[in-house]
Amino acid sequence: MGDSQYSFSLTTFSPSGKLVQIEHALTAVGSGQTSLGIKASNGVVIATEKKLPSILVDEESVQKIQHLTPNIGVVYSGMGPDFRVLVRKSRKQAEQYNRLYKEPIPVTQLVRETATVMQEFTQSGGVRPFGVSLLVAGYDDKGPQLYQVDPSGSYFSWKASAMGKNVSNAKTFLEKRYTEDMELDDAIHTAILTLKEGFEGEISSKNIEIGKIGADKIFRVLTPAEIDDYLAEVE
Amino acid sequence: MSIFQYNGSAVVAMVGKNCFAIASDRRLGVQLQTIATDFQRISKIHDHLFIGLSGLATDVQTLEGYQRLVFRHKLYQLREERDMKPETFASLVSAILYEKRFGPYLCQPVIAGLGEDDKPFICTMDSIGAKELAKDFVVSGTASESLYGASEAMYKPDMEADELFETISQALLSSVDRDCLSGWGGHVYVVTPNEIKERILKGRMD
Repeated sequence: MGDSQYSFSLTTFSPSGKLVQIEHALTAVGSGQTSLGIKASNGVVIATEKKLPSILVDEESVQKIQHLTPNIGVVYSGMGPDFRVLVRKSRKQAEQYNRLYKEPIPVTQLVRETATVMQEFTQSGGVRPFGVSLLVAGYDDKGPQLYQVDPSGSYFSWKASAMGKNVSNAKTFLEKRYTEDMELDDAIHTAILTLKEGFEGEISSKNIEIGKIGADKIFRVLTPAEIDDYLAEVE
Repeated sequence: MSIFQYNGSAVVAMVGKNCFAIASDRRLGVQLQTIATDFQRISKIHDHLFIGLSGLATDVQTLEGYQRLVFRHKLYQLREERDMKPETFASLVSAILYEKRFGPYLCQPVIAGLGEDDKPFICTMDSIGAKELAKDFVVSGTASESLYGASEAMYKPDMEADELFETISQALLSSVDRDCLSGWGGHVYVVTPNEIKERILKGRMD
């Protein structure tokens, strides 16, 4: 196809109107571990598989869900190192906003600035797009919010979304299970069930990670013990 | 003569019951000569937020109407689809002034606004952004010492809009009468959650 001739330079459009590197970045995301997020009426939950390459890896040292601010958290599907760089940049932007206005940054503003960074890497010389899609979960004055940001820099607000390997099954499951007036604990149960759908092997508190934020506006990553409790409730 | 006294100015803001008032004099001078008697020292940032600047007139105009402050707020409104809270705006002004720490804008702002739940907010700061919050009144300008005295004597908490107007007008006029560099009338804004009343005062025209 003519497209492959245009896949060497990121900043060149192919004849079909695509930027092929971004397509490839989305493929990298699509082969990453599944992650998902659900917006409840009183909070947001995000969750991801945490499949480690070997049993010798110390699973407590691996943290896929990160804080951007005390009331905004993020999870990814795709390349871990790219995620680290984006988290670092986003944290700095959030803190700069706080320093200027002495006010915590609204979720939409932080998402927009992160998406702008990702877009810059699709239009500059000598760089490649980020190989991650992010799910940003936050709670501010406008209430609970869930955003997905793609390697192209586009972002969408979701009621529930999934990314990574198992995305189509997960989204179908979420479409069936999602209700507008779901509460946070229900959402966490639904998130676990959705992860279970495409899970290879036995699901346990050691190979998934869950983060949640409620009306207290504090984002927390659940401890393995808490995950075990939710898993027991789901069984 | 200090550069802050080159043009002459007087600005005062007071807190009332779910309302606030901000007032300034109208004289623009070049030391002892009066150049204008209708100089605008107070700018509206949005319907519930006003800023008055005393000090060097060129910096007053640069900061307020033409550049930094109104501009920054308009961008904020477009990006965030909401008005700035008064506390946030005060932090922004403080940051903008401190950016010029070693070559400062030669003015002292007085910020007055209605915050969440229509709670009145006032503050002042020095020319490099040191904020000073107050619960009752704040003053600034060449007439500031007289303004402190007059406001302290005349102020009562929880005044309604009309009484607040009378109080702030009397405080302003009596203070600028004791200051040769400010005067030529007064410009008073009284702001309640539903309306803004703008009035021009006629005092001793000298």
